[in-house]
Amino acid sequence: MHLHSRDIGHFAWGALRSYPGRTFLMLLAMAIGVAAVIVLTALGEGARRYVVDEFSALGTNLVIVIPGRSETGGLNPSTLMGETPRDLTIADARALTRSVNVRRVAPLNVGQAEVSWGGRSREVVIVGATHEYLAIRHWKLGQGRFLPAAKWEQALPVAVIGSKIRRELFGPRRALGQWLRIGDRRYRVIGILASRGRSIGVDVEDLVIIPVASALQLFNTPSLFRILVEARSREAIAPVKRFIVDTLQRRHQGVKDVTVITQDAVLATFDRILGALTYAVGGIAAISLAVAGILIMNVMLVAVSQRTAEIGLLKALGATRRTISVLILAEAILLSGLGAVGGLLLGLAGNVVIRRILPVLPAQTPLWALLSALMVAIVTGLLFSLLPARRAAALDPVLALSRR
Amino acid sequence: MIDLEHIHRDFRVGDQIVHALDDVSLHIDAGDYVSIMGPSGSGKSTLLNIIGLLDRPTAGTYRLNGRDVTDLSDTEQAEVRNREIGFVFQAFHLVPRLNAFENVELPLILAGVEPAERQRRVREALAAVGLTERAHHKPDQLSGGQRQRVAIARATIMRPNVILADEPTGNLDHRSGGEVIRTLEELNAAGIALIVVTHDPLVGERARRQLHMLDGRLERDLQTHHAPA
Repeated sequence: MHLHSRDIGHFAWGALRSYPGRTFLMLLAMAIGVAAVIVLTALGEGARRYVVDEFSALGTNLVIVIPGRSETGGLNPSTLMGETPRDLTIADARALTRSVNVRRVAPLNVGQAEVSWGGRSREVVIVGATHEYLAIRHWKLGQGRFLPAAKWEQALPVAVIGSKIRRELFGPRRALGQWLRIGDRRYRVIGILASRGRSIGVDVEDLVIIPVASALQLFNTPSLFRILVEARSREAIAPVKRFIVDTLQRRHQGVKDVTVITQDAVLATFDRILGALTYAVGGIAAISLAVAGILIMNVMLVAVSQRTAEIGLLKALGATRRTISVLILAEAILLSGLGAVGGLLLGLAGNVVIRRILPVLPAQTPLWALLSALMVAIVTGLLFSLLPARRAAALDPVLALSRR
Repeated sequence: MIDLEHIHRDFRVGDQIVHALDDVSLHIDAGDYVSIMGPSGSGKSTLLNIIGLLDRPTAGTYRLNGRDVTDLSDTEQAEVRNREIGFVFQAFHLVPRLNAFENVELPLILAGVEPAERQRRVREALAAVGLTERAHHKPDQLSGGQRQRVAIARATIMRPNVILADEPTGNLDHRSGGEVIRTLEELNAAGIALIVVTHDPLVGERARRQLHMLDGRLERDLQTHHAPA
């Protein structure tokens, strides 16, 4: 004795349709749960992609050298001597160019100074860099030239400015060729950046780039802030990292006093953190699905007691316990399935709205979250209706039929 | 066809045991027309429930067509109910959201009969109770008599050996009650055994064999040999 699955579906659908208000509320509860999972994971995933994109904008295959050692070392000469880390110098940077795996090196110094021209002035981030910096950062030049490919130690009085500086200081007048005052020195504007937007907290439009040697003079410091090293390929990153550590250790009398990080490592860390965050918010949202499941259980229990006579009748007509269970479960699956699909549409619509309101955040639900939201919805619907189904199957037909 | 031997059915009410059926033995022939009468609480409905496999006796043996059905599993009993027994209830027990056609179709669906075959058989069954035009009416659009005739069509759709009717006219006025009884008697004339529980003597006295129950026992077993006109 086996029911056709189409008959089961038809019967369950008919039962749901006969209580439209209740069915709608249950669908809504399930849909909100699923939509919450979809929207929250989309936000998490959007944040992750935002950070990844930002880091990629930093450059490609980058290895970054930072003075000082961030690792807690054991015993080394510098801890014994109470020595501060050695300066990271332009000569150090120069030494790092001597490897076939290294494509470009850019020594970097960063500070803040007042920039003025013709009575207007402005506090600006000053980047001391070299000719190679433009290519490493993938920036574009709007007018003029970038820093010349001169000797790095040569403190030329030239500057490349961001488009906002040009606007703010020069207004409609021609900026190229003008002499800017930065701190107590004067620099001639030789180029204007075309790139826009922010990159790792630095506003590309609102900075001034001068030769690294000039910046060291300006800020009166012997040490570089960073050295950016671009490896020839992704595979070359690890050898380059070893090369840098070895070279600088040799140059610094055997002391490992720099920290070398790869962009990949930083990226991977952020990727992991934000990935975990996405799982977490997804999990929290999934709790609302469990709540929806409990709601379904309650409503199915009510449905079973309301339809006691019908269940008794089905038994008298030859329905086995199993048949009754299957009918009740089919109803629950139909309900949670429809609710899940509704929630899917609701959630995807929510993502569209978020992308419109926050264009920088690429809110897109990952496929795993979509699928697991649907699965969890249907599985909770099923699990929580096992009890009502059992109760229905166990009904005594005599008692069930004697109720009016 | 139906053989009951020393059937007991006890209910526990609080700390008292009520003997709803007290050593009932009964044989009913295939195609017979039997009424069971008696006051409320005499055990006539319990007897009908046991014959219909809706309830299990506390003790005793029940044979249906020679097969011992007393200790069948739930699934086997369900199959026997589906194929060999038709039920007609006082409260009709139609599913309110299903129309007349779909209500009659239910036993066929439960038996897994193919849709084309179902169509044909349901149409025949509704025609036999004169409700062809009402096939797509919901129960609340039908009169009481029509509802009970839908229930009778449903009871006969699996071509059972016996129809068990528990107060089939109890919720009906005199005229529709008469129609329902005539419909049931036509089925009996076609060879299906008919067992009617009633406390209406006018209904009960139409049966060829009249059983009277009191306090869980068979008090009187009256065989009349006149066939109703």
